[in-house]
Amino acid sequence: MAGSMKVLVGCKRVIDYAVKIRVRPDKMGVVTDGVKHSMNPFDEIAVEEAIRLREKKIAGELIAVSCGPKECGETLRTALAMGFDRGIHVEINDRQLYETLTPLHIAKIFAKLVEKEKPGLVILGKQAIDGDCNQTGQMLAGLLKWPQASFTSKLSIDGDWAHITREVDGGLENIKVALPAVVTADLRLNEPRYATLPNIMKAKKKPVDKVDPEQLGVDLSPRIHIIKVEDPPVREAGVKVDNVDELIDRLKNEAGVI
Amino acid sequence: RRVHGAAEKFSQDQIKPIVREMDNKQTIYPSLLKQLFENGFMGVEIPTKYDGVGANFFSSLLVVEEIARVDPSVAILTDIQNTLINTILLRYGNEQQKSFWLPKLACDTVASFCLSESASGSDAFALKCHAKPQKDGTYLLNGTKLWISNSEQAGLFIVFANTDFSRGYKGITCFLIPRDSPGLSVGKKEDKLCIRASSTCPVHLENVQVSADQILGEVGQGYRYCIELLNEGRVGIGAQMIGLTRGVLDATIPYLKERKQFGQPIWEFQGIQHQVADAMTRLECAKLLTYNAARLRESGAPFVKESAMAKYYSSEVANHVAGKCIEWMGGVGITTDYIVEKFFRDAKIGSIYEGTSNIQLNTIAKYLNKW
Repeated sequence: MAGSMKVLVGCKRVIDYAVKIRVRPDKMGVVTDGVKHSMNPFDEIAVEEAIRLREKKIAGELIAVSCGPKECGETLRTALAMGFDRGIHVEINDRQLYETLTPLHIAKIFAKLVEKEKPGLVILGKQAIDGDCNQTGQMLAGLLKWPQASFTSKLSIDGDWAHITREVDGGLENIKVALPAVVTADLRLNEPRYATLPNIMKAKKKPVDKVDPEQLGVDLSPRIHIIKVEDPPVREAGVKVDNVDELIDRLKNEAGVI
Repeated sequence: RRVHGAAEKFSQDQIKPIVREMDNKQTIYPSLLKQLFENGFMGVEIPTKYDGVGANFFSSLLVVEEIARVDPSVAILTDIQNTLINTILLRYGNEQQKSFWLPKLACDTVASFCLSESASGSDAFALKCHAKPQKDGTYLLNGTKLWISNSEQAGLFIVFANTDFSRGYKGITCFLIPRDSPGLSVGKKEDKLCIRASSTCPVHLENVQVSADQILGEVGQGYRYCIELLNEGRVGIGAQMIGLTRGVLDATIPYLKERKQFGQPIWEFQGIQHQVADAMTRLECAKLLTYNAARLRESGAPFVKESAMAKYYSSEVANHVAGKCIEWMGGVGITTDYIVEKFFRDAKIGSIYEGTSNIQLNTIAKYLNKW
């Protein structure tokens, strides 16, 4: 008997983790043109987890969602090639607007999609490797008034409950949350599979629906104003000191931190 | 593009870490072989009804190129399977042969292309392997094939043998011989300079009994199939050599930007920049020759001259660039700590197998006769 729970997963298109990031000459962002992009690694982990839930016959329909320019369609195709059933592309073609989007905007978009699709579980990556905000999942749960489980490194579903292990500063935390819930995936949750060539070919035929954010009634006007983007300062060489006295002296008198 | 991305990701993640080990041990790990099958890399052009991927020729080339970028030894395995083996079956197999072998070739069976012998390399059709017709309609095969790639792993051997020497090369016939056929044995692996992980062994045929339904295509047409297939295979080798060239440059350029001499990264010296720019230009030429040959093939146009040029030139470029990379790396270039020396060694095979460079030049020159 196939699983019946619908699962929604967010897939953000980001600059590939292996690329060397360069600041744009206008110092208003980083260079993205012609740069290799891929799915946010934590989102890949989320995708993988959803597929495993389906293999365990818990999940049924798997839907991938991406917000952004037309290239996001590629990101969705990757999710489809890994095994998802359909994609939703919330198309935002205005580059400047796209650059000022924040987790709150995205969370609002997702909230509207959740209202429409009514999934039993939403899995997002814990954070995106470009923004590193670590907010979207939590905000989405707040907007939906759903339980949330972030930094998930282990997930199992038992009827109407999800048993979660979270990786927190103090160690591992085991909790149980009532479904429907928002879960954010951490690194050690799983190791994503490769999209095999046969599945890549099959994915071509799977549906991807385009959605206009205006239709969803979400206000995308910027909440932030980018003033400047620059490289972090070049890391300088450290200094070796001979003894603790010298260390204290230098921390006090040179660095001025004590 | 997605096919390319998948091949790239897989090669960089799964093959790259074990390249040196496999070269040292002269083997392709069975676990890697399994993954190649699982990911569809061994049956790119096989239609989905036979459990293949159902993609086109160009996709096969992209897979070969991306794998070669990491390991040309693994690339040749996938290249032979896709461009020679799968193609000959798709084109000349009858329905029974196709439905039996293609799913296996797509999912778990490696195959070898057995043409060369000790006395017949470039002079391929001087082969001595005999397929003696028997009174009951079967054939008895005797002979030894040499230099057979993938033979250690192969479950199927595509063997070219002559059924009637009095007809010269027009007696050459193509046979499908499973590994477990009595009388078929695979000899000791060659200890090689290049593509060491790829098994290259003699294949002995001693009174191997073959039934008529194991003939691929028609009796006496084997030479024609061979010519056709090796023509396509050439474009595949082109892709392999391009991948190799890209791979060796991937391994070298970052070093040039880090290595400092005389107070600056050696990359900053104009002499180095000129040499790299020249190498990149040659690579671009090789790419265009190869992709163009592929394009012509896909559109059904003749491409014999173009594929000969692609294979010839790409292998020359691979050799040249790999050699230059070692020079640019200096002392470390010749150590086995760096992968550059392996690319240099692997490049050498390009001008030798699937038609030596001299043979390619012969082929190209034949077209010039029409000038």
